[in-house]
Amino acid sequence: MKKTILSGNEAIARGAYEAGVLVASAYPGTPSTEILENIVQYSEVDASWATNEKVALEVAIGASFGGGRALCTMKHVGVNVAADPLFTLSYTGVRGGLLLVVADDPELHSSQNEQDSRNYAKFAKVPMFEPSDSQEALDFTRLAYEVSEQFDTPVMLRTTTRISHSKSVVTTGDRVKNLPAPALERNPAKLVMLPGNARKRHPIVEQRTLDLEEWSATQSFHRVEEGTSDVGIITAGVAYQYAREALPDASVLKLGMVNPLPKKLIRDFAARYKTLYVVEELDPFIEDQIKAMGIEIIGKDILPICGELSTGIVRQALTGKKAATGVKGALQTLPSRPPNMCPGCPHRGVFLALNKLKAYVTGDIGCYTLGFMPPLSAMDTCICMGASIGNAVGMTKVLPVEQKQNVVAVIGDSTFLHNGINGLLDMVYNKSSTTLIILDNRITAMTGRQDNPASGYTLMNEESYEVDLAEICRAVGVKHVTVIDPYELDNTRELIRTEMARTEPSVIITRRPCMLMKRDVVEKKPPLFVESGKCTGCKVCLQIGCPAIEWDAAAGKRGEAKVNRHLCVGCSQCRQVCKFDAFGVCND
Amino acid sequence: MTDIKNVLLAGVGGQGILLASEILSEVLMLAGFDVKKAEVHGMAQRGGSVVSHVRYGKKVLSPTISDGTADVLFGFELLETCRYLSLLKKGGQVIVNNVRISPPSVALGQQDYPENIPGYLRAAVDDTHIVNGMELAEQAGDIRTVNVVLIGALSLYLDIEKALWIQAIKAMVPERFLDINIRAFELGRESGITD
Ligand SMILES: Cc1ncc(C[n+]2csc(CCOP(=O)(O)OP(=O)(O)O)c2C)c(N)n1
Repeated sequence: MKKTILSGNEAIARGAYEAGVLVASAYPGTPSTEILENIVQYSEVDASWATNEKVALEVAIGASFGGGRALCTMKHVGVNVAADPLFTLSYTGVRGGLLLVVADDPELHSSQNEQDSRNYAKFAKVPMFEPSDSQEALDFTRLAYEVSEQFDTPVMLRTTTRISHSKSVVTTGDRVKNLPAPALERNPAKLVMLPGNARKRHPIVEQRTLDLEEWSATQSFHRVEEGTSDVGIITAGVAYQYAREALPDASVLKLGMVNPLPKKLIRDFAARYKTLYVVEELDPFIEDQIKAMGIEIIGKDILPICGELSTGIVRQALTGKKAATGVKGALQTLPSRPPNMCPGCPHRGVFLALNKLKAYVTGDIGCYTLGFMPPLSAMDTCICMGASIGNAVGMTKVLPVEQKQNVVAVIGDSTFLHNGINGLLDMVYNKSSTTLIILDNRITAMTGRQDNPASGYTLMNEESYEVDLAEICRAVGVKHVTVIDPYELDNTRELIRTEMARTEPSVIITRRPCMLMKRDVVEKKPPLFVESGKCTGCKVCLQIGCPAIEWDAAAGKRGEAKVNRHLCVGCSQCRQVCKFDAFGVCND
Repeated sequence: MTDIKNVLLAGVGGQGILLASEILSEVLMLAGFDVKKAEVHGMAQRGGSVVSHVRYGKKVLSPTISDGTADVLFGFELLETCRYLSLLKKGGQVIVNNVRISPPSVALGQQDYPENIPGYLRAAVDDTHIVNGMELAEQAGDIRTVNVVLIGALSLYLDIEKALWIQAIKAMVPERFLDINIRAFELGRESGITD
């Protein structure tokens, strides 16, 4: 027993360790990524980055069927990818306990949509816990393994950004001992989901949900906090904290498991209060089910479905009390500060070329999605991981001939391996003439530089086979595959121009490690500077959108570019675009 | 909930805000408070605007600070400090690093960086303290210690023993960078005394 301060993600990693987990598999995704990054510290756990969420869950299922406790984690949209195994896993049940942690992102801090994973738990008929702080994240994770084995079901645990990325004080425990040792054990009637077998499993799943509902109503992970007013609030997760703080006098039914709902508990609680509210983030998930029970309750009529809640929002909605007003700024419109590609980012030159070539770019998800931002402004679509290729293929099917060759798909190395290969197979098989650019920065950068099958290392920092992206492309039938260093701006642009014009499928791999690479493969170079007097103020260097280059209106005759030496990494892309040789290299 | 104190850290991705809030929450825990801190990783760190919410007291509920309730706005950059003024309660305090980092529109010459933010902050908030963090960090020996310089400045205004701050820094900073960070902390703390 030790008191420390842990993030929700660290607490989940700790809880899984304490629960005796043997295998943890995941694909990175904000805000879930740090769970696996933290579990690596426990040498008893085999932790790995899978190629995508579907594979991650399948790895966890395999470990469970072998008799070990297994953990799988992902961000909310990852469940879309892993949904296929999940729904049938619900039928087979588990052998070793299996927990799937899903991190939702209300407010879309780092996501492409705001989907509410609780719907998945109901849809797949799987129990789901929802912690409201780091201590519960740890406790519920431990508990999930007992529930999983007791009820022969996978269990889900839903966090949100404010749980995963908030730290609070936690008391930790010890790892459980004496779990049954894994060993092969055949049970095909339960694990081979042919229609005849699955048909028999379905009623078992339905009964399991009823059993869970009844059992859950008696458990201490739900609790009633008696208040002094005649207002009752039903809530769960981080929303509980906001509600508790906003209405300290209300009585609260705090749910620890949100699927299935403990209907009896809810009915008893509801009967005692004149006014009832349900406070939950995103969808009216609890609310709709309570209303279907014939109970009158107020929820999304006064609380937003979109975005995060806060104490202020809940207080204003439930009490009508205006939120406190802070200090008023006399400065009205402040320049915004969106995220940007880092100085020296190897993606930059590719998007500069795409911009200049006026390509229509079907995009994908990663750091390179920032190619959308001005001044590069060279991304036209972005749906989900891997979508760039299929989108380009489909688009060129409908476009008039003279526009077909304008379309270029771009995808990162990790995203390509996640499920972009499927799109490329389709592109070749169905005779598209699209060009694909694989932005190979040797790492999964956006989520914090995780290794992937092309980086040559595993999550546990062991060397591994480094997959050859060019060979993959050739193997699926692409005849024109070229690897280029994207720092060579002119060559990169010419190559893209040539491949765009080609009426056969082609792939360009732009290879150059990310500037933030963990292993020291990126040599540090001295920063550049602008030689005063040589700069003519043409602003061409500003068009590459490097955070280290800034316009100084007061310098020179009509203003000059200036390099921030603390930010510059000496990549010299700016030097290549300057027609006046105004960039020099600092020698100190 | 009046026994809860709120500190909002605001700045630019890459300035070391996450380490600073880590040290701050550690010291608060060592001092016996319940602590929560909330921040966002991922997309927000690529040079974008970054905030970290730190709340402490007897028992903290919400991990985030609502509008108009921050006791201290702890700014790592001038423009970002202005951006989050609406979270500061009336009568609150501003501790701000005197540095400008141009956002993209300013770097491109399309928008101006607001002039004289220090003066403006002083006018809006009586209790404003401006720290020349970059110079002090350079004095400490590495510009990257600016986050710890600022922690040093902040340490004067929270009622916590100095020894606990040092203990927290020791817990959070790797051994080989410890000396330089302790120096940075001391310089930040002294700057506040003479402020
Ligand atoms: C299904 C799904 N899983 C995970 C994510 C989170 N995610 C966004 S970008 C990204 C990695 C991108 O890596 P890569 O393609 O190598 O591009 P880079 O960021 O390195 O440029 C991940 C894992 C997501 N958006 N969707």
